[in-house]
Amino acid sequence: MSILVDPTPQQAPADAHAEASSPRGPRDSRLSRTGAMLVMGVFTVYFLVPLWWLLVASSKTPGDVFTTNPLWFADMRLGENLGELFAFRDGLYLRWLGNSVLYAGLGGAVATLIAGMAGYALAKYRFRGRETIFNIVLGGVLVPATALALPLFLLFSKIELTNTFWAVFLPSIVSPFGVYLTRIFAAASVPDEILEAARLDGSGEMRTFFTMSLRLMSPALVTVFLFQFVTIWNNFFLPLIMLRDQSLFPVTFGLYGWNTQLNQIPELRTYVLVGALVSIVPLIVTFLSLQRFWRNGLGAGAVK
Amino acid sequence: MTTQVTAASASREHRPQVRRRTPHRGAIAALVAPFGVLFALFYLLPIGYAVYQSLLVVERDGTYGEAREVFGGLTQYALVFQNEAFWQSMGRMLLFGIVQVPVMLGLALLFALLLDSSLVKGRRFFRLAFFVPYAVPGVIAAIMWGNLLSPNLSPFKALTRNVDLLGADLVLWSIANVVTWVFVGYNMLIIYSSLLAIPAEIYEAARIDGAGQLRIAWSIKIPLVRPAIVMTAVFSIIGTLQLLAEPQVFQSFSSAVTSNYTPNMTVYATAAIPNTNLAAAISVVLALVTFVLSFSFLRFTQRKAQS
Repeated sequence: MSILVDPTPQQAPADAHAEASSPRGPRDSRLSRTGAMLVMGVFTVYFLVPLWWLLVASSKTPGDVFTTNPLWFADMRLGENLGELFAFRDGLYLRWLGNSVLYAGLGGAVATLIAGMAGYALAKYRFRGRETIFNIVLGGVLVPATALALPLFLLFSKIELTNTFWAVFLPSIVSPFGVYLTRIFAAASVPDEILEAARLDGSGEMRTFFTMSLRLMSPALVTVFLFQFVTIWNNFFLPLIMLRDQSLFPVTFGLYGWNTQLNQIPELRTYVLVGALVSIVPLIVTFLSLQRFWRNGLGAGAVK
Repeated sequence: MTTQVTAASASREHRPQVRRRTPHRGAIAALVAPFGVLFALFYLLPIGYAVYQSLLVVERDGTYGEAREVFGGLTQYALVFQNEAFWQSMGRMLLFGIVQVPVMLGLALLFALLLDSSLVKGRRFFRLAFFVPYAVPGVIAAIMWGNLLSPNLSPFKALTRNVDLLGADLVLWSIANVVTWVFVGYNMLIIYSSLLAIPAEIYEAARIDGAGQLRIAWSIKIPLVRPAIVMTAVFSIIGTLQLLAEPQVFQSFSSAVTSNYTPNMTVYATAAIPNTNLAAAISVVLALVTFVLSFSFLRFTQRKAQS
């Protein structure tokens, strides 16, 4: 029963290990410590300056973007810029943001559930064809998603579903990598004894899965969800080839469209920059709030 | 002869019983079916359909006659192999991958080792700061860097006004920079979390033997995180050949990025002509090359690990 109370039993040692691992080598010379901190410092600048620049540029008038110091604020206009962006063309940008949340949030959740079910079944039951199915799914991990975009377009145009919500949503809910990861995780973290005990208590297989096994698998499921969320949020080829109707665009694709029109409509520049800034926020918030899950789940795929 | 037949028929009689004995068949089917159906519809079927489409050619009666698709055998594939733009883009991605993937993974490994050593303070901060770019979509990262490298907007005008980072010679490496910026932290975390899984006792022995940090990193840590490095390498190789969003965005910043710059851009441009059969054939060839490259990389590294 204690396992039910604490759904992530194998996380504790990894965390403790991570934080208490300072004495991992002989005493270090001051020189190597300084060198190491210097490397980390230089690359912190490299990784964060572009984001800082984006924040600063988003807070300026179109004129100030060109004429003032690119890395420091001029007239603070972030609020006004945001307001204008959200009002532009009847709130088209907000619509795109909503679309992305729907494609990536809902799509990621459905993909995770479906992959978790299959991965669990492949890990915890013995049946004919189990290895065959798993190997086909593994092959699927190596098939690049972009190779599927064109044939998916051809198939969807046969049934006249291109340029619809479903054209982007449906292909996004299949995650072979999710099956791979959840299978490995379920094999290690859902003990057979618990399943047997549940059977003796008269719980049906599906009920056991939904009430107990899913919780035991939650670190892996969060990881799969995050990756699928990011994959869908960043997906470019599918919207590019499937969608013509602006009101269906995910936010990244909409911004891409505006960016290509900059030569004809220079006023769009501010909207592109502010829009880019806003579009990153949901991802960063999602990552930060789920940090303790993916930090440990991330390595699971590499352990074989 | 007779015994064989009886044995065969006997086993044929037995098999259904064995199959029926698989417990929880209903639950297994209910758990696997949703994924199975969707995987078949949105993975297997499109692959099959791409292969089918790639075997067709369009035929017309005269110049203005109605177009018909007829079976053309490997005609489209012959066209793919003659398609110079496509092979140029493949060569470009190969060059890109040979440079960018080792640089990116080398940095990721270096950062992971530093985070895992006692040399660095404020691990939590660095881990986050390096990982944040992964939350930036490729399109957005490319828009950002496109501006940062352009002569007019850049905060580094002293550099960008004198070196044309978006010109024909260097734009490939500017795109490589975008990809590196986004993915170093992600790869670093994968390697780092497998470093954390190494039990600390292993280091005790090495330390007693007098091995220094560098020696421990080189002889113990790196060999033990090999699987993680191999995995990140495979995904990077696949990612390189599939490059699309970043160069597509860079078209707005640089005239040197043509519509056939990467293999996937060639697929898109060919499909837009529209020449879907040729585009399908290119897709199939690209997927096969990707598969063969990542698979043989896996094989190669596994064999090396065994020897």
